[in-house]
Amino acid sequence: MSVFNQSRKRVIQFIMLGTVLVIVSRLFFLQVVETKYSKLADANAHLRKVIYPSRGIVYDRHGRAVMRNEALYDLMVTPINVKNIDTAYMCEILEIEKKEFLRRVQVARNREGPRRPSVFASLLSPDMYGKLQESMYLFQPGFELVQRPVRSYPYGVGANFLGYISEITPGMLGDTSGRYSAYQQGDYIGMTGLERTYEDILMGQRGIQYLVKDNLNRPQGSLEGGIFDTAAVAGKNLRLALDIDLQVLGEKMMAGKIGSIVAIDPQTGGILTMVSGPTFDPNLLAGSYRAKNLGILFTDTVKPMLNRAIQAAYPPGSTFKPITGLIALDEGVITPSFGFPCHGGDGLCGRFSRCTHSNPGHAANMRTALANSCNSYFMHIYRLSVDNKKWGGTKNGQAKWVEYLKAMGLGRRIGVDIPSEAPGVVPDTARMNRVYRGVWNSCSEMYVGMGQGQLILTPMQLANAMCIIANRGWYYIPHFVESIDSDNSDKLKKYKEKHSVAHISNDAFQSVVDGMHDVVTSGTARKAQIEGIEVCGKTGTAENNAVVGGKLVKLKDHSLFVGFAPKDNPKIAIAVVVENAGFGSTYAVPIASILMEKYLTDSISAKRKPVLEQMLAANTFSQEIKNKSKLDSLNSVNYAGAEGAVIMRKILGH
Amino acid sequence: MNRSQAKLTAGIDWPVLGMYLALVFIGFLAIFAAEYREGDNVIQNLLSQNKNWARQVLWFGVSIVLATGIWLTDSKFFTATANLFYAFGIMLLLVVLAIGTGVKGSNSWLELGGFRFQPAEFTKLCTALALAKYLSAMETDFTKLRSRLIAVGMVMFPLAIIILQDETGLALVYLAFFLVMYREGLPGVLLVIAFSGIVLVLSALLIDKFILLYIFTGVAALVVYFNRFQIRRNKSRLVVIIAVWAFCASFVMYVVPFVFTNVLKDYQVRRIYVMLGQENDPKATYNTRQSMIAIGSGGLLGKGYLKGTQTRFDFVPEQSTDFIFCTIGEDFGYVGSVFFLGIYVSLLLRIIFIAERQRSTFSRVYAYSVASIIFFHLAINIMMTIGLAPVIGIPLPLVSYGGSSLMTFTMLIFIMLRLDADRQMVLR
Repeated sequence: MSVFNQSRKRVIQFIMLGTVLVIVSRLFFLQVVETKYSKLADANAHLRKVIYPSRGIVYDRHGRAVMRNEALYDLMVTPINVKNIDTAYMCEILEIEKKEFLRRVQVARNREGPRRPSVFASLLSPDMYGKLQESMYLFQPGFELVQRPVRSYPYGVGANFLGYISEITPGMLGDTSGRYSAYQQGDYIGMTGLERTYEDILMGQRGIQYLVKDNLNRPQGSLEGGIFDTAAVAGKNLRLALDIDLQVLGEKMMAGKIGSIVAIDPQTGGILTMVSGPTFDPNLLAGSYRAKNLGILFTDTVKPMLNRAIQAAYPPGSTFKPITGLIALDEGVITPSFGFPCHGGDGLCGRFSRCTHSNPGHAANMRTALANSCNSYFMHIYRLSVDNKKWGGTKNGQAKWVEYLKAMGLGRRIGVDIPSEAPGVVPDTARMNRVYRGVWNSCSEMYVGMGQGQLILTPMQLANAMCIIANRGWYYIPHFVESIDSDNSDKLKKYKEKHSVAHISNDAFQSVVDGMHDVVTSGTARKAQIEGIEVCGKTGTAENNAVVGGKLVKLKDHSLFVGFAPKDNPKIAIAVVVENAGFGSTYAVPIASILMEKYLTDSISAKRKPVLEQMLAANTFSQEIKNKSKLDSLNSVNYAGAEGAVIMRKILGH
Repeated sequence: MNRSQAKLTAGIDWPVLGMYLALVFIGFLAIFAAEYREGDNVIQNLLSQNKNWARQVLWFGVSIVLATGIWLTDSKFFTATANLFYAFGIMLLLVVLAIGTGVKGSNSWLELGGFRFQPAEFTKLCTALALAKYLSAMETDFTKLRSRLIAVGMVMFPLAIIILQDETGLALVYLAFFLVMYREGLPGVLLVIAFSGIVLVLSALLIDKFILLYIFTGVAALVVYFNRFQIRRNKSRLVVIIAVWAFCASFVMYVVPFVFTNVLKDYQVRRIYVMLGQENDPKATYNTRQSMIAIGSGGLLGKGYLKGTQTRFDFVPEQSTDFIFCTIGEDFGYVGSVFFLGIYVSLLLRIIFIAERQRSTFSRVYAYSVASIIFFHLAINIMMTIGLAPVIGIPLPLVSYGGSSLMTFTMLIFIMLRLDADRQMVLR
């Protein structure tokens, strides 16, 4: 019976072997041919965890930390472990409603799933942290505190140039140049100031740790014992030329005023202080209420986020006269003994220009003309410079004159090591052609000789110009960072190169410097005198207009002062601008003088204390500025809110 | 029964015993790999029996006791009690149907003092014995339709009960007995019809039914055209062609849609569609996808024992039972997988060889049953892990974790070994 169907054994064997052959060939495809599965398995099982290093610390010239890191705490929640806790007590500490508590747990669950921790409350205030820390055992294991480093500013100054960090924007992440390729969503990056310029140095090197995870994304330990991990390297520290005492004093004096101060060490180009008023406490942008504060600051009428020292440009007024003189001397169109017959005004180019002085001989030479700030003298020597036969025509002469300005770092971005520098405006050929529709001569813009007209400069450019005069013809590009700890890159190379801009004899220079010294000893800047130190300076009172309500309105003059000290072997060059505050001698001179005294003698003499008090108390906000701000829809600000008022008090120092 | 101590192992088929032990050992390694985490205390786990691999050791001990018992039993015992086994098995199935404990959507488990037992596994053995007994009976003439219907009925009865227990996977394994009956004389055309039926079902699922209708009509027209002379002589040929056409058409137009909407459960329909690549619901495809990632990531040589990330970190579900092959594929790669399949194929061919050398029909039918059951489990289980078959929960014989399964297959194989050892004794 069995013999009948013995051949069927073959069929059954064939079916079995055929099936196994199908399996084997399918396995060959899955395991040998197709490579995507091992990638998928790695993606499943490997967790790439980024370890953030602490950012570099920033020190002033005496090694005092002005920007450092502080640990704040985030409260993390693991939703699945939240059970049997005193919810009411937790809500009381965090000052939230029960409904909000449940909402946040739900948000965390949606964001990271029930088994992974996610942020429940970020950057806790010290008060909340203290209370939570004490009773943490009540809330575990569902809640835990996780340290999170944030920036802190022990002196609460320097907001405008130190800058802030914030989460990288989608726009940056979408950048195709590869500049931000190392960043991921949620990373912090320097947005402004030194934080931005030196981002690559301050950031340090992020570490990467590879973990293996299970199907619920729970880490199960390091991959292959950590052989693929890279350790985090802390950011490098920056050492600034900044004098933090000077900065604090400057910011205090600029409270209640709009304007700025720039002080530079002429021998190195290092910025000693840079104040933009009104400013704000940089800690406002680091802690728990960062986002809210940022919004308030951005929309504020007085633009506290604007760094007026490099972003605002002003007509320099009389403070420009030393530069006019310097160019004329370098071109050789005058000598230091060149005189001009001014009798209290002059009909240059058929127009009458008034002078402060009318006594004969007040402009008998460069030195006296500077000391007496003779408008006619400097307009005249400007004309001599641009009409110089050497260049063949006024237009070429004007171009040459502008070239001088550019060489001195005026009317262009000098290259300071913080972003967003404004170039200012100088009367170059293109601009002259546009303003005068192609028909112009040396008379057209002769007012630039006395620092008005088509000429606006930033306070930093003015301070740098003072460095050139103080150094008798050369400067370093102004910069904050003098050195970077354990760094041998050439990041700072361009700040170590000396730039020579004038080629005139020391004697000729001396006439400009002497003239500026006379301004302080016997001229308009007598308040700038410091006992035992020879101070050189020049005041300026700049006319300015603004469009208010569609009409051109003449505003109160800007108060300016530029100067340096000591006269020989200069250690500090300074420019001060106080907007709409009247004569240069009223505010700019005392402020500059007190800062120079503080820097050079490390103290303020008793008899100058009243001046300091006066400066600290003064408020120069003009009605016009307030009107303008209210009309300007972009700057509309809500003063009504209680928080706004708190911030304003902080900004204004009340 | 008076074998001396020296003859205790006389007549045993060593290759089968060797492959049995090899597969159980590989299974143990795979279960261990699926569960072991770095730092686990192996001894403590073994003693406290809180891991599947530790329990599998215990089940293996029990299986060895059972195997020894079977080996020491006279082979006549099994021929004599085959029908009793069958009756007992059916009774167990019915009891389970009434009071079964639900595990993952099925009611096929019987709980006995803390131990769970799946009678559907055990009944395979009973059915194999009963079928062997029936086909070897002197009065059975398997060329008769009546005998064939009785034999099919013996197989379909437990199958139906198991389907009622919602264990479709285990029920499908009973179709393995058709392979046995084919060997014993069931017409080969049945296999062809079954194969055509599968193709018909698949095309009904994959291709729009109206397009299929056009294809069938076109094919029928062509067949009629090429047979036009024969048809002129013999009209019944035309009737047959029209009947086949009508059956195919109504099958795809009405039967398949009806079965899929009214008979099969939602999850079963979804699994079938997933297997056919027709559905992309990530929840439905999760198991298959993770399993394919695990096996595929093994590569040519594998990640090394205990190095697989997919299986060790619970990405693959049911990894110590139904998806145990993932661990082998991931840790040992293509080479290891082929070697592993090689052991199975050798075992199957060896059992067929053993079957054909039997002098008694009972032993031959029984041995073919063992081979067919193992083959069905192997084919469906592995094809499921590599996306060639829908996810049907059946274990890999001797390898998957599970006491019922391991004990059933041990008994199946050792009863066969006992019968084989006694093949010279008598012609049954």
